[in-house]
Amino acid sequence: MYIIFILIAISVLVAAGFLAAFLWAVRSGQYDDDYTPAVRMLFENEVSGGPKTKKPGQK
Amino acid sequence: MEAALQTNIQNCYHCGDSCGDEPIIAHEKAFCCNGCKAVYELLEENNLCTYYNLEESPGLSGKKPVSEARFAYLDDPGVEAQLINFRSDKICKLTFYIPQMHCSSCIWLLENLFKLNPGIADTTVNFMRKEVALTYFHEKTSLREVVELLTRIGYEPAITLADTDGKKTTKKSRTIIYKLGIAGFAFGNVMLLAFPDYLDFTQGLQHSFGSFFGYLSILLSIPVFFYSARGFFTSAWEGIKQRMVNIDLPISTGLLALFFVSLFDIITGRGPGYLDSFTGLVFFMLIGKYFQQRTYDTLSFDRDYTSYFPVSITVLKEDGEESSTAVRNLQVGDRIRIRNQELIPADAILLRGRAMIDYSFVSGESEPVEKVVGEVIYAGGRQVGESIELEVVKEVSQGYLTQLWNDTVFSKNEEQYLHTYSNIAGKWFIIVTLMVAAGALIYWVPRDMDIAMKAFTSVLIIACPCALSLATPFVHGHTMRVFGRNKFYLKNTGVVERLAKIDTVVFDKTGTLTEPSEAEVTYTGKALSDEQEQAIFSVLRHSTHPLSQRISANMKGSTAPVSAFQEFTGKGLAGEVNGKLVRVGSAAYLGVPADKQKDTLKTTVYVSIDGVVLGYYTFFNVYREGLKKVLSDLNDKKIAVLSGDNDHEAARLRELLGNEAELSFNQSPVQKLEYIQRLKEQEHRQVLMVGDGLNDAGALKQSDAGIALSNSVTNFSPSCDAILDASSFDKLSTFLNFSKKTMTLILLTFAVSLVYNVVGLTMAVMGLFTPIVSAILMPISTLSVMTFATLSVKYAAKKAGL
Repeated sequence: MYIIFILIAISVLVAAGFLAAFLWAVRSGQYDDDYTPAVRMLFENEVSGGPKTKKPGQK
Repeated sequence: MEAALQTNIQNCYHCGDSCGDEPIIAHEKAFCCNGCKAVYELLEENNLCTYYNLEESPGLSGKKPVSEARFAYLDDPGVEAQLINFRSDKICKLTFYIPQMHCSSCIWLLENLFKLNPGIADTTVNFMRKEVALTYFHEKTSLREVVELLTRIGYEPAITLADTDGKKTTKKSRTIIYKLGIAGFAFGNVMLLAFPDYLDFTQGLQHSFGSFFGYLSILLSIPVFFYSARGFFTSAWEGIKQRMVNIDLPISTGLLALFFVSLFDIITGRGPGYLDSFTGLVFFMLIGKYFQQRTYDTLSFDRDYTSYFPVSITVLKEDGEESSTAVRNLQVGDRIRIRNQELIPADAILLRGRAMIDYSFVSGESEPVEKVVGEVIYAGGRQVGESIELEVVKEVSQGYLTQLWNDTVFSKNEEQYLHTYSNIAGKWFIIVTLMVAAGALIYWVPRDMDIAMKAFTSVLIIACPCALSLATPFVHGHTMRVFGRNKFYLKNTGVVERLAKIDTVVFDKTGTLTEPSEAEVTYTGKALSDEQEQAIFSVLRHSTHPLSQRISANMKGSTAPVSAFQEFTGKGLAGEVNGKLVRVGSAAYLGVPADKQKDTLKTTVYVSIDGVVLGYYTFFNVYREGLKKVLSDLNDKKIAVLSGDNDHEAARLRELLGNEAELSFNQSPVQKLEYIQRLKEQEHRQVLMVGDGLNDAGALKQSDAGIALSNSVTNFSPSCDAILDASSFDKLSTFLNFSKKTMTLILLTFAVSLVYNVVGLTMAVMGLFTPIVSAILMPISTLSVMTFATLSVKYAAKKAGL
């Protein structure tokens, strides 16, 4: 049954990893604007051949 | 093709405006004006026509061409440095506020700016904030070129004095999101560890790993206690220091009891503790806080005069050359030129030209004031008509308007509204809770010391008024969103509650009750023949004077050629039509004796033909559409009107408002403020002020709830609690009634949570409260309160037609 110690340690570590990812996401400003990216991602599909796509990274 | 085009009512391909009788046809598309056509051609040349595919007619009307010379001040390194956020030897980064942004086409075009100007490296739009973050190579292009490009395609950035003041917009606080994330993380994990307690068949597991799970839970809860929940403790402590009980006090006692009882239980090995409930509670309550904090980023509610003033002004040098200068650098003695519709930024003396100054925003007077050469013109007025030359007599920071703004009565600290519903409820809540807890203690101590302690702490735990603290933000947050959909934007959720208590409504007249751009014109005097009317119309058409334009806008028909047209500043016009001398102007100009003048308080324009005075025109304010309905819906409240104008409209207002309304005229900004103060202090009324101009700023601030009415919400409006789009003015009474209804909804939500509390308290007093009961009862009660609040507001909004 002592495997539970390891399992719990792993599960908490995984969760902590997600928490760190979340904190990083907030820090890098991904939660500052929750509207524009949703619109922006639709542009490329509607542009038919014309203007070439913009580089994906914004900064 | 041609025929097909003409049968349709043509709308501009670019901006969607009606093209009128003569659309400009180019590239098989119709345009309303050359400005729109030019933008289209520019975009087509650069292969940017996707702009038109994303949305129909996305463009902005190019009807008002602006001289690009006015951006010359952007070449000034000082101004540039104040606007730019970051500069390296290659690139510059800055953020523009572009209020015109309105659709996904706008986002697309703005993010493809680099195709129009290769010097621009990158643009990123934040649509909610209506901001564009821009990076450009300063060797290839200049700030001025970037701004000019934006202006040319219709997205002129709003650069105001506030931007150059060095006040950079504060970044939205992310603290609440961090807190929420950490609380959520801890909640999930602690609940997982507490799971064995919930089920019977895992008893063995609990037995062997109980203390390990317990200590791990403590470890996970510590950041929640010290970081996520800190806001509740500090707020409660602030309350105690001011000898006030707010809603955070019972929350804090509940949280403290939960945390320390759990700590004690785990360390002494008595049981698993309630840390799952603790972290869950903090998480849910932070969601409520997050809701409460969501505001309208794009709207600014705390603007001062600096965002009203332009950044640059045309200065005339000694040799008559024009140059653009930042308003900040304006000095006494500078000669400036003000064009039609431009603001006067500093107190100045008129040197040349005919000044018609529209002070409506500053003083509330509806008619432009005529000034003659040599008179002092105060800052804040807007020139209507031809361009004028002025000499600055006071620096911007010393001007009349600036002084007015800095007056201490205006900058009075906003009162703390501590008597909110939830705070009052919180006060009673803690009294009842403490009484119940004490009762349980008294009952159990002689019988069983152990149960006594348990009952006491569980009462404190279960009575945590999370439902109370959630009901208000959820109901108010949803109400705010319902209002926002209807173009009524609140500064924060607290305003809903203040709106609900309003029993007195004070209106400003000019621009609030009346339509600022319109006036009704009536003619009094001898009846005019068609021929005479045509002659007057023809003469008026030649004048740019605002009064002439208002009269001619109300006349129809064709014009006849006018000869010997003359305009006399401050007096009137003269011209010959078909051999007849037509004169239009003031009573004095036409020689009407003073004792025969009628309606002296009103603005009048007399007309004469061949020296015979025929009659005069008078101007009436046009009241906003829906005003009657709003006023009749508000009949249970006291209504007052404060006007900076004279009382020539008194009779009409009386008719509209009824006999009980208080009407005050010729009110200065300070008098308005004092009036509100008197209502509040002497009659203890809850006052709602509705105004639109700087002259109402003090009153708006002084009132319990100040609503600024604006034709365009992104334009400047004085500091206020809420901004109402003029097109939604007719819904004002509905908004007030709806806020009242939301208070009932909050009470209902309280009732829902009361049921849970009674169940929980009963168990707690009997000493039957266990971690499992807490783990079930707490999430259910919070979730049901959230759902009830959300659904009930939605239903009520639907019923109220919002």
